[in-house]
Amino acid sequence: MDLSPLWITFKISLVATAIVFVTGLLLAWGVTNLKKGKAVIDAVLSLPLVLPPTVMGFLILISVGTNSFIGKFLDTFGMKLVFTWQGASVAAAVVSFPVMYRGIRGALEQVNPTVVQAGRTLGLSEFKIMRKVMLPMAAPGILASVVLSFARCLGEFGATLMVAGNIPGKTRTMSVAVYTAMQGGDRELAYKWVAIIVAYSLIILVVMNCLPVLRRSHR
Amino acid sequence: MKTLKVDIRKKCGDFMLVSKLETSSDRFALLGASGSGKTMTLKCIAGIEKPDEGYIAIGDHVLFDSSNKINLPARERKVGYLFQDYALFPNMTAFENINIVCRDEARTKELLKKFNIENCADLKPSKMSGGQCQRVALARMLASDPEVILLDEPFSALDNYMHTIIEREIMDILAEFDGPSVLVSHDRNEVYRMCDTIGVMDNGTLIDVQDKESFFKHPATVASARLTGCKNITAVSKDGFASDWGIKLELPPSSKSICYAGYRAHFFERVEETHKGEPGVFEVEVERVIDDTFSRVIVFRQKGNASESSDSMLTYITGKETSVDDVKFLKVVPEKLMFFEV
Repeated sequence: MDLSPLWITFKISLVATAIVFVTGLLLAWGVTNLKKGKAVIDAVLSLPLVLPPTVMGFLILISVGTNSFIGKFLDTFGMKLVFTWQGASVAAAVVSFPVMYRGIRGALEQVNPTVVQAGRTLGLSEFKIMRKVMLPMAAPGILASVVLSFARCLGEFGATLMVAGNIPGKTRTMSVAVYTAMQGGDRELAYKWVAIIVAYSLIILVVMNCLPVLRRSHR
Repeated sequence: MKTLKVDIRKKCGDFMLVSKLETSSDRFALLGASGSGKTMTLKCIAGIEKPDEGYIAIGDHVLFDSSNKINLPARERKVGYLFQDYALFPNMTAFENINIVCRDEARTKELLKKFNIENCADLKPSKMSGGQCQRVALARMLASDPEVILLDEPFSALDNYMHTIIEREIMDILAEFDGPSVLVSHDRNEVYRMCDTIGVMDNGTLIDVQDKESFFKHPATVASARLTGCKNITAVSKDGFASDWGIKLELPPSSKSICYAGYRAHFFERVEETHKGEPGVFEVEVERVIDDTFSRVIVFRQKGNASESSDSMLTYITGKETSVDDVKFLKVVPEKLMFFEV
């Protein structure tokens, strides 16, 4: 059995989660501090959660394809996103972004506002309050968001297939491998991949429930 | 000595906050029922809430001035704010809570020692008692070198015993502190013990600012009288008839604009039947008797009074030795009656 889809999936998911962690954290903080337009911006950022994967894939293709502005820009560095694992990472990142963003935003909003106000009256800067108070208090929620987005990346199918295709050993992920095996009539291989996917998904969720840091409360 | 000057207006839904006060060396208290806008006033001073318009300054240090578009962020205001629920940083130990503010370990140790909380230096707030949390919050507030101290119901989460102890500690701090302070409370006794000047908030508006002695003797309005703990209040008509109480009162000569009268529950005098029918004498119909820790509370109404208002029920507080059967006629001492125009 060719195990390359396993490694490819993990590589894609790690990169995507890293991208989404940074962007999700910054945007969640930004939106939390917004005074106007919160509802609209939040809706736009959450859109990938509800749009069909094919639509997401289509939009990503349009924006990073060889003829697009981004595609041309990357081409000057000899980089290509369409039909590459990097492209699959971008697709997975876009699709899992709302999971991270909404999770972190929820965690930040859970932080007791009077504690933040106290920090301000005591003369601490916004950045220091963020770093020393909000992030540590929101840490369990943030970590949970990271784990969930990673899991979401592992299971990504539609957008990945449209952007990165199904090239064995290059862009074929586990979920795509299941699909390919079924299409090719290889039920046995499909069973194996399904078993692997169910197993690690379960493990991730169990680990998440058991991690002490996720259960710790400050109260 | 620096003066705290506040003159602000803020609209929140149907609620309109109108606060105007000026206080220098003295300890100022904002007394008011819950939801009357006391805490909102403090939050505007601290920069947590933004007033719609007005002016806030400590001495020459302007914190907020809507006409000149000045609105200093909370961290530049040098306002020490003691929160009702302490608002300690839950992820830090007591030591870290204070040290993050003054960034001076020697100073932090000194403050821990001063407040007698060295033993919880390495504890997080969740492991500390309410009294310890309040002390850490106090130490942390002083570590920021505030120019004015705001205390938002600082005892509401403490038990009776801890309340007494922390109250005395705060009084010591305020005595040492060289600047104005504002205490928000709904407890008249606490306010009387701790402050010099009292202002009453009623439904968003600061009314009736007086020094504490005259405030308790002559509250200016019915609302402030109730906040001073005056239990018996009635509407009064021009001819001196107290419509809620159902008896006639003797009004002072200059009584043109008097609309209400109030009488403290401790001040009634028991009299003989011979006084029946005189102005200011109740023929008592006892409704219920409540035994308090060190006193007996007798709730009564004038016999035959048909008024259904809650003020038709009066309260008489007396010693435990008093038997209800002896309370037949109660007299209002004219010089102890309080009169109000609003």
